[in-house]
Amino acid sequence: MPLLELRGVAARYGALQALRGIDLSVDEGEIVAVLGANGAGKTTTLRAISATVKTSGDLVFAGERVPRRPEAVARVGIAHVPEGRGTFAQLSVDENLRLGAHVRRDRAGVKADYDRTLQRFPILAERRGQAAGTLSGGEQQQLALARALMQRPRLLLLDEPSLGLAPRVVADFFAVIGELNEQEGLSVLVVEQNASLALASSARAYVLEVGRVAVAGASAELQRHESVRRSYLGY
Amino acid sequence: MVFAVDWAGVAQQVVAGLSSGGIYAILAVAFVLIYRATGVVNFAQGELAMFSTFVAWTLTQHGFGYWPAFVVTVLASFAGGIALERVVIRPVERASVLTIAIVTIGLFYVVNGAAFWIWSPEVKSMPNAFSTRPIRIAGVAFSISDLGIIGVSLLTVLVLWLFFRFTKLGLAMRAAALNPESSRLTGIRVSWTIALGWGLATALGAVAGLMAAPPLGSFDQNFMQPILLYAFAGAVLGGIDSALGAVIGSLALGVFLNLLGTYVSWVGTDLRQAAALAVILVVLLVRPAGLFGTTAVTRV
Repeated sequence: MPLLELRGVAARYGALQALRGIDLSVDEGEIVAVLGANGAGKTTTLRAISATVKTSGDLVFAGERVPRRPEAVARVGIAHVPEGRGTFAQLSVDENLRLGAHVRRDRAGVKADYDRTLQRFPILAERRGQAAGTLSGGEQQQLALARALMQRPRLLLLDEPSLGLAPRVVADFFAVIGELNEQEGLSVLVVEQNASLALASSARAYVLEVGRVAVAGASAELQRHESVRRSYLGY
Repeated sequence: MVFAVDWAGVAQQVVAGLSSGGIYAILAVAFVLIYRATGVVNFAQGELAMFSTFVAWTLTQHGFGYWPAFVVTVLASFAGGIALERVVIRPVERASVLTIAIVTIGLFYVVNGAAFWIWSPEVKSMPNAFSTRPIRIAGVAFSISDLGIIGVSLLTVLVLWLFFRFTKLGLAMRAAALNPESSRLTGIRVSWTIALGWGLATALGAVAGLMAAPPLGSFDQNFMQPILLYAFAGAVLGGIDSALGAVIGSLALGVFLNLLGTYVSWVGTDLRQAAALAVILVVLLVRPAGLFGTTAVTRV
């Protein structure tokens, strides 16, 4: 049974139909990528899961229906790092991290995760008292990830993590994601413009076109797929 | 012309001004709290404080001492503020800022009318919170009541600051005010943090009303209206989105108005409200964000 399963999920913004019934699944311990052009519905797919857009269709997580309020979705073990990272610019790095653990009641576990997070991201330990808004783009992306990890999620939703970052920083970021996946079995659903990077770092991928799944399959196969190559990889 | 400054008199007036300013500060912080959480000035803040004060007055008529009535009223106001938000504000939570502002103006009249309906229009008087005797410090007589009010104001602001700075709930409330979308994604129940903000603001109003009423001697259902104006002026002066600014602005305004009323004979007590309005006007013209604020009031 997949960890997350979407069946016939549609979503709209007012009159604009952004998702026209998609089927998608993420297995426990899997990294899945969602590709597509601007406006294909990539971001909306993540927003549909975390209930920040109105949806129809079935969304099931760990055998239960996914709640339809974002604050409740966070409580079932899904962490969403949204477009623009969603960090609190005016709050300190420390406060951002503590907010990540807002839904948790296990104080000892939170403390342990806090220390582990700072070990994993030494730059955040250094900037602990600084306002998040003063960090560089790469540091902010690390903070957004660290904050999501403080939630101790079973599934991580990442929206365009490479946006606005230098290639080197992006590579480091995806290396960390790979590490988390291998060492801790974290499941990840990542939306990405950078198709070659996304396919290289994921096990399976979905290609969206105007709100529908156009192609789906193992990432290694999609890298060889004729139309995917021409449209998204550019060779 | 030889002009001798009466320094003892000035010191007394400054302390009296800080005492009034402390009351404005508590109410101004309540303004800031709701403004930061919802982007709206709660015009009913003063009337809610009046209503709380009348509840406390009723308790004192039934055998409660001042301080027991104070504690009960502040707690009841906290609960009442939350209930009010759930019933009156929640339905318009996603409406425009203008809509919510109009609802709070409606609330102003409803609360005022209800207070006239429940308690007869005759003036009331509140037992004293502090000793009415003066105390001599360095040969100058100060009012114990003024010093007590300053103490309660500073303590109230300090407790609130500690809550927002050091508790998990306080942090969640700040986050919810800064970025509701992201807060929901981290699992914060934003709608409840807004209700909690109303609860805190209403409790603050109760403290302000209960500090303001006894020194007046007698008060009626309209007694908070000038104080609302002063608190608003203080908040605008300091910056409506800055709690620290609101406190400093209110204290400064209290001292300024008191000195103005005492030493500029033609101002007296009659023109104090006009002076407060002038302060609002000048700030909005010269520095719309206030002394410590970050965002200019540009909402249309």
